[in-house]
Amino acid sequence: MDKLINEFSFGLFFWQLLLFVGLVLLLRKFAWKPILDAVEKRESGIEDALKAAENAKLEMQNLQADNDRLLKEARAEREAMLKEAREIKAKMVADAKDEAQVQANQMIEAAQSAIESEKRLAMTELKNQVATLSLEIAEKVVRGELSSKDKQMDLVESMLGETTLN
Amino acid sequence: MPRKSVFSLLLFFIASLSLSTMLAQHGENQHEEMELQEVAPGVEGKEGLKKEIKEYINHHLLDSHDFSLYSYTNDAGEKVHIGFPLPVILWDGGLKVFSSSKFHHGEEVAEVGGEYYKLYHNKVYKTNAQGDITLDDHHHPTNAKPFDLSITKNVFTIFIVGLLLLWMFSSMAKSYKKGALPSGMGRFLEPIVLYIRDDIAIPNIGLKHYKRYMSFLLSVFFFIWIINLLGLTPLGVNVTNNIAVTFALAILTYLITTFSGNKNYWKHIFWMPGVPVPMKIILAPIELLGTFIKPFSLLIRLYANITAGHIVLMSIIGLMFIFKNWIGSSLSFGLAFVLSLLELLVAALQAYIFTMLSALYFGSAVEEHHDDH
Repeated sequence: MDKLINEFSFGLFFWQLLLFVGLVLLLRKFAWKPILDAVEKRESGIEDALKAAENAKLEMQNLQADNDRLLKEARAEREAMLKEAREIKAKMVADAKDEAQVQANQMIEAAQSAIESEKRLAMTELKNQVATLSLEIAEKVVRGELSSKDKQMDLVESMLGETTLN
Repeated sequence: MPRKSVFSLLLFFIASLSLSTMLAQHGENQHEEMELQEVAPGVEGKEGLKKEIKEYINHHLLDSHDFSLYSYTNDAGEKVHIGFPLPVILWDGGLKVFSSSKFHHGEEVAEVGGEYYKLYHNKVYKTNAQGDITLDDHHHPTNAKPFDLSITKNVFTIFIVGLLLLWMFSSMAKSYKKGALPSGMGRFLEPIVLYIRDDIAIPNIGLKHYKRYMSFLLSVFFFIWIINLLGLTPLGVNVTNNIAVTFALAILTYLITTFSGNKNYWKHIFWMPGVPVPMKIILAPIELLGTFIKPFSLLIRLYANITAGHIVLMSIIGLMFIFKNWIGSSLSFGLAFVLSLLELLVAALQAYIFTMLSALYFGSAVEEHHDDH
């Protein structure tokens, strides 16, 4: 202890105090303050950036979810549209078929009726022809039969004969 | 938090261990020297050499008025000093400033303005034209001492280190203007600065108040560290083993603690809450004494660690010249090498401890709580 007190140099103490306090003040102004400020600024910048990135990530996730939802909706819509279209197509085909059927039936019917009336016409004509022919034949036969007296007599007789039988 | 306190405890343990080993080694060393003296008395050359080594170590530990790197005796038998003189500033009935070259390394009397001064054990004493120094029974000079404010070797070194720190950190600060990351030296220094902020200041002082103390903590850390490292160079500067220097640093810690002490701090000193009244009365002087002992322990710890390290290192180096054979010399070389490595650690460790404890004291001064003991 005695040695320590003996060794104590007031001049050195004075200079150390003066120089060190001066050093602290100078360093504070020219070094520590700018350094710590810069570091703090950088750190808060990093923190902000991280936060922003986190936010962006969240937003991205939201967007992704939205996209997914939209996609699903679109897919469903497409599905529905396709289904509808298919139905319409089927309906149209069925309708067309029905219509065609009806038309064909109508045509067949018309054809049949036409055939029928043609047939009837032909039949009438045929009947008329046959009647004319038979009249002509009968006229010729009658003319032939009644050409002579004998023959006329025979006829009368046969006719009478027949009548008697009745 | 517990992890961190464990880490600090560990550091303390290492520090105290290194100190005790050094002191022990020093003690052993002295013991050894004494034994040697007993074994071989009367060996004139060896005795003289031992005395010279001892004197050299003492001389190295002391401050000096000129910056001498080394000295040798030339062919003509004259002692030649390599170095440069520093200004001597005395207050002795008026300011007296002169170059320390006037002392001729303590060999001559300096005559300034009709007064005579002489160096004795690196201290300036007033003397007569013949340079007589009268000693008392305890070998202390009885001559009057003028008030010495000289720029000594240590003051010069402190100044240089101050400039170095200013240059280092202002250039680091400038490098932040170019970008968010420092360039050059700042790359290395920034983690240390951040360590002091994040692991010393904030945990001990708290987020609310730590900013006020950052300048002191950072300055004190880098100042002690660099000046300790400089002490390990062959330049022979040795600042932190001066009690005046560590005292100046510790008194700053004490003043800052005292002036930033809040109501809670003083209450815990003078009227400890949560204990019975008689205990409060007993505790008050103890706590008050504690406020002085805390910074006192700071100054003694730093001083003792660095002084011990230097003494041991130089004694081991000195042993080389005593042994003068290849086994002993290489052994002490190896030992000195290992010790130098340890001293490198101690240099940083003492800076860390000083900063850490200062932060702890500041933290206790601004702590706000809760009387829930």
